[in-house]
Amino acid sequence: MFELLGIPPQALFGQLLLGLINGAFYAMLSLGLAVIFGLLNVINFTHGAQYMMGAFAAWMLLEWAGVPYWGALVIAPIVVGAIGIAMERLFLRHLYHLDHLYGLLLTFGLALIIEGVFRKQFGSTGLPYANPLPGGTRLDFMFLPWYRAWIVAASLAICLGTWFMIERTKLGSYLRAATERPDLVQAFGINVPRMITLTYGFGVGLAALAGVLAAPAYNVNPLMGSNLIIIVFAVVVIGGMGSIMGAIVTGFALGIIEGLTKVFYPEASNTVIFIIMAIVLMLKPAGLFGTPK
Amino acid sequence: MQFKYLAVSAAALLAAGSAQAQYSDGVIKIGVLNDQSGLYADVSGPGGTWAAKKAVEDYGAAAKGLKVEVVFADHQNKPDIGSNIARQWYDVDKVDVIVDVPTSSVALAINQITKEKNKVFLGSGPATADLTGPACSPNTIHWTYDTWALANGTGKAIVQTGGKTWFFLTADYAFGHALERDTKAVVEANGGKTLGAVRTPFPGTDFSSFLLQAQASKAQIIGLANAGGDTINSIKQAAEFGIVEGGQKLAGMLMFITDVHALGLKTAQGLNFTTAWYWDLNDNNRAFAKEFAAANGGKYPTMVHAGIYSSVIHYLKAVEALKSDADGAAVVAKMKSMPSEDKLFGKGTIREDGRHMHTMYLVEVKKPSESKAPWDYLTVKKEIPAEQAFRPLNEGGCPLVKKS
Repeated sequence: MFELLGIPPQALFGQLLLGLINGAFYAMLSLGLAVIFGLLNVINFTHGAQYMMGAFAAWMLLEWAGVPYWGALVIAPIVVGAIGIAMERLFLRHLYHLDHLYGLLLTFGLALIIEGVFRKQFGSTGLPYANPLPGGTRLDFMFLPWYRAWIVAASLAICLGTWFMIERTKLGSYLRAATERPDLVQAFGINVPRMITLTYGFGVGLAALAGVLAAPAYNVNPLMGSNLIIIVFAVVVIGGMGSIMGAIVTGFALGIIEGLTKVFYPEASNTVIFIIMAIVLMLKPAGLFGTPK
Repeated sequence: MQFKYLAVSAAALLAAGSAQAQYSDGVIKIGVLNDQSGLYADVSGPGGTWAAKKAVEDYGAAAKGLKVEVVFADHQNKPDIGSNIARQWYDVDKVDVIVDVPTSSVALAINQITKEKNKVFLGSGPATADLTGPACSPNTIHWTYDTWALANGTGKAIVQTGGKTWFFLTADYAFGHALERDTKAVVEANGGKTLGAVRTPFPGTDFSSFLLQAQASKAQIIGLANAGGDTINSIKQAAEFGIVEGGQKLAGMLMFITDVHALGLKTAQGLNFTTAWYWDLNDNNRAFAKEFAAANGGKYPTMVHAGIYSSVIHYLKAVEALKSDADGAAVVAKMKSMPSEDKLFGKGTIREDGRHMHTMYLVEVKKPSESKAPWDYLTVKKEIPAEQAFRPLNEGGCPLVKKS
């Protein structure tokens, strides 16, 4: 048996797989951010709060309405996405013609308010949510819980589906065209404002879906989003703001790098992503997959 | 400036007559400094402010002619923010005593500032046993629990029932390090062995990678030297990754009843931990818990809330006996010279190193079928008498002890 830097290969494979699982969350969240930024030019700081709302929606559906996990997987993103649409109509749409900074401040403020309301209502410690897929399978190198396998599969499907829809379908081509020249697209008879609203709702729905996926694995609490969102922003910056494929690939890749850091030097595992961000910004300011404007 | 002074004096005179004049600015001002909005907000937070106010009310301060005011602030678990608030409180707002202060790193900073300004610090929230060890101060009393007591209560019980080999998941800051250090010492003193430890960034979300390292160590016991959301996530994910099924056991070194609530009994059942107080121990506690829950959105009080209540009562007793709150060290000396007694902690004493001595409890989390009412979560397995519960006076390395 070979050993790599003192780590037995079983442990290494295990950590790689775990990194992939965490990467799945980064990919899904940064995908939503990239879609929103790419099409709306808004830096959506509410994304973490919307992820948290997804997890809480799953909890509420289970506790108050008896809707099981699989139902919540469909209902929660729709509900939270609808709330996102209302937010876009009420607040965000007034800011499109202004600098990015205004959208950032508005969404950041909204995130603080949403988290505050949830904290007031549910406390800061969190709520229990049972695992819908208990058990797992013993691989050669580690025990793989069924639920984690499901997270990776679901996330891959969602990410690739979104990429396909935006880059390879007619609807996607409208969306992309509308971001370049909204006036021209509108002249062809396409309702651009509605398309933008629905896009925001879709991005928010993606965050909520990630939240539902997270509920059985992580502690459901009002701050779960703000702990994650900073990392996800770093992922988006590294991948290139607005690049869909960039967000997906970087999400998974950084999950793996973080996983490896947890083995070799655990203390640095939550800073390693920012170190990479700094390096990428120095060498390629537009991000790995971004195109300089 | 002069006008302000006049106004304050006049207000003091008007408020309750000449007896007030001995207290600095006529008011005994209690500052509750804790995490009002983050990770530890349920452990103390707004409930801590409520407990301090409740203590003032139950003490009958107004009837005794004491004018007491309770203020609060959010230190956000950051030592720099906590220090700024403490300085502002002591220098400008005339706060006489700071209570609570969870998060050891912040508590150590407040400990220092309080000594500098000769005020009083009553720590209910912080865990690090250094507060009565190398960092002990004539102005500080550490009330509710500490890392040594937790390590001793839980660690000893587990080693004695056969959990000989340990691996630690340690939150990477002052508190986690102290808890790991104290638990290691207890484990080794009782014939156990530490196989390894991993320092996890605080606060963390995903612990599966660290749990896998713990699993690979083949240790019988995985000691969780962390708190709050970190502990909850560790336990939740250990269940998911089949660690407990695989024969390894978890030991939550610092757990609060709110953590059990967040995990749910199904996941948390069977866990052992050490606590200073539990709401369902006696009628006094139950009555307090009921009132607490009614005022705090149905949440039940933790040991930290009870400790705030108890420490404020004792502080008011000492200030009333001294008829002054001006000299912080004198107030603390008075508190040490009087036995403490209140309805939540019963009788207790305060040692010269600032350690409040009381019974601790080793508890086990109930099975879902055993829980009959909301928040009915724990069974007491063992009462640990004060002398055994806390670190012996001469082992802490407190300079105050050497001098005498």
